[in-house]
Amino acid sequence: MGVTKEQVESSLTSKLKPSHLEVIDTSGGCGASFAIEIVSEQFQGKRLLERHRVVNAALEDEMKQIHALSIKKAQTPEQWKQQQDAENPKPNA
Amino acid sequence: FRCFASALTPQLKNTLDKVVTSNKVVLFMKGTKDFPQCGFSNTVVQILNSLNVPFETINILENELLRQALKEYSSWPTFPQLYIEGEFFGGCDITVEAYKNGQLQEQLEKAMCS
Repeated sequence: MGVTKEQVESSLTSKLKPSHLEVIDTSGGCGASFAIEIVSEQFQGKRLLERHRVVNAALEDEMKQIHALSIKKAQTPEQWKQQQDAENPKPNA
Repeated sequence: FRCFASALTPQLKNTLDKVVTSNKVVLFMKGTKDFPQCGFSNTVVQILNSLNVPFETINILENELLRQALKEYSSWPTFPQLYIEGEFFGGCDITVEAYKNGQLQEQLEKAMCS
């Protein structure tokens, strides 16, 4: 039994209370493989390595069965907002 | 019989301390730098090659005990694992990110000049 996208989502949701979460199943038939984008208050004041550790820890049980995990984004709500604004600039009033 | 004891014995920890400091840049990966056996490992090898730094690779597929022990040693569940000057730097995503924003080059320059 592998891990489903839903399981990964529910573990991350309950443990990290993300304001944005995207889990993409990237397994190409070789087993459970996921890419994750996550925005959470809990990343505040943490370096990228520590943020990834937080995500890995939240998925401790799932990691035993996950073949590959790619954390594409681990941002604070503030960083996320800044990036969204940069990507979708509002026309100057 | 299943053994749940820690793979990271004091002796193995001692050995790993020596291995990660044996070179300024050490990459634990699936396969070798000449023949990576996983896309993530390959990505990190290509980045290190492009930055022209000498680095040592260790194939964790050849030693299951080492593989398990390393996960505990670095508190990191996946491979590749990059070490710079004896310190865990990160896995593939962190290395790619740091490469893009220049922090990896900075860190490696510092390591090479120290």
